[in-house]
Amino acid sequence: MIEVRNVNKSFGNFGALRDVSLNVEKGDVVAILGPSGSGKTTLLRCINFLEIADSGTLNFEGEEFDMHSISKKDISRLRRRTAFVFQNYNLFLNKTVLQNVTEGLIIARKMPKEEAERKAVQALEKVGMADRLDSYPIQLSGGQQQRVAIARALATEPEIIYFDEPTSALDPELIGEVLAVMRDLAHEGMTMLVVTHEMNFARNVSNKVVFMENGQVVEAADSESFFAHPKEERTKVFIQTILSGRD
Amino acid sequence: MDDRVLQILLDSFMKILMAGLKVTIPLAVLSFFFALLISILVAVIQYADIKGLKQVCRFYIWIIRGTPLLVQLYLVFYGLPSVGVVLPAFPSAVLCFAINEGAYMAESMRAALEAVPKGQLEAGYCVGMSYWQIMRRIILPQAFRTAFPSLSNSFISMIKSTSMASTITVSEMLRQTQIINGRVYQSLALYLEVGFIYLIFCTVLTWIQGYGEKKLNVYGGTK
Repeated sequence: MIEVRNVNKSFGNFGALRDVSLNVEKGDVVAILGPSGSGKTTLLRCINFLEIADSGTLNFEGEEFDMHSISKKDISRLRRRTAFVFQNYNLFLNKTVLQNVTEGLIIARKMPKEEAERKAVQALEKVGMADRLDSYPIQLSGGQQQRVAIARALATEPEIIYFDEPTSALDPELIGEVLAVMRDLAHEGMTMLVVTHEMNFARNVSNKVVFMENGQVVEAADSESFFAHPKEERTKVFIQTILSGRD
Repeated sequence: MDDRVLQILLDSFMKILMAGLKVTIPLAVLSFFFALLISILVAVIQYADIKGLKQVCRFYIWIIRGTPLLVQLYLVFYGLPSVGVVLPAFPSAVLCFAINEGAYMAESMRAALEAVPKGQLEAGYCVGMSYWQIMRRIILPQAFRTAFPSLSNSFISMIKSTSMASTITVSEMLRQTQIINGRVYQSLALYLEVGFIYLIFCTVLTWIQGYGEKKLNVYGGTK
């Protein structure tokens, strides 16, 4: 459903992404792994145009886009078909839980208020946050905020959800509740592209893994063979490091 | 204090207070309202980095902050008629106060806009909103809350600045006091009195500011 080819992105002299390609099929849960600074997050941000790549193409459900010269109109059209979950949640601070979820429906999609609220409550029920409709983000724990952020993503009925290290900012005891929600989504067939450090998620929930280092894709495989029979030397070292808990 | 002075104070109190309620307050409120509009416009233009207009805004702030308010008042009221632009005293004062305070408030607003986390804009984009939708519904409300104390400060400062309008014949509180003093020659008592009335006005405003901050804190307070 999305195919990214030959993405390049530099920040000054630093080559953050070098000829990165990636393929996500409908229903795939793809985990992007790699050490810090490997370009995982930059890749995800380029795919949703929060950063504009220096070059590369994106094929979204058969439509081809140049990732450098894509028009604003196409960007916003694509964004309405996708959703993005941030590392630090980025809930609208001046809006309640309910308003956070309805905002994109009422304002961006011109949905009637009642329908939007019904959809929002459904989405919030799914993540177990329907009892906090009138709370403000600041009144919630990190895990709760992230679950609301996932509900905000779900409510727009996206064709794919991008997750940018969704559990990295959370206290250890709160990670589980967010991963549980993501696991449910995966089982329901939601297409997800997830930048993560959670090895258990990559191994048990995602069906494909992309391993990046120094702005390049080192290895891409289905997750079973990725962990059982890594091909590249660098991948083996990475997996060993992670599994022995030394990273 | 002898009886004569006391009598003068009592007689003048209502006159000065009425000048305050009828002229000083409307002058300050009107000027502040326009200053607020100017400041939001100027701050948003700079924040949104609108080419061309941004330079105009910097120029405006540079000129206004670099010249005295009194000079600006004189220019508009005494200077402009010589090129055929004749404005009555009250509108001249509103114009000057709005343009002057607007420049300072624009800087407060700009700082408040820049203090809104960048992620708010990105989150707005990612739920499909346009830049101006995000600006109006997410960023400006948050910036306004941050700027509220310094905007209140500007309003309080403006109440006192209106006394300068006395120099261009607006019959606000200070001018009323000067007129009374011209008849009775009690400078110490009368200027103390008018200072006291300004103090009352500003005290009430400080209370309102405290109340407003509490109201605005609903989403920013601690757990």
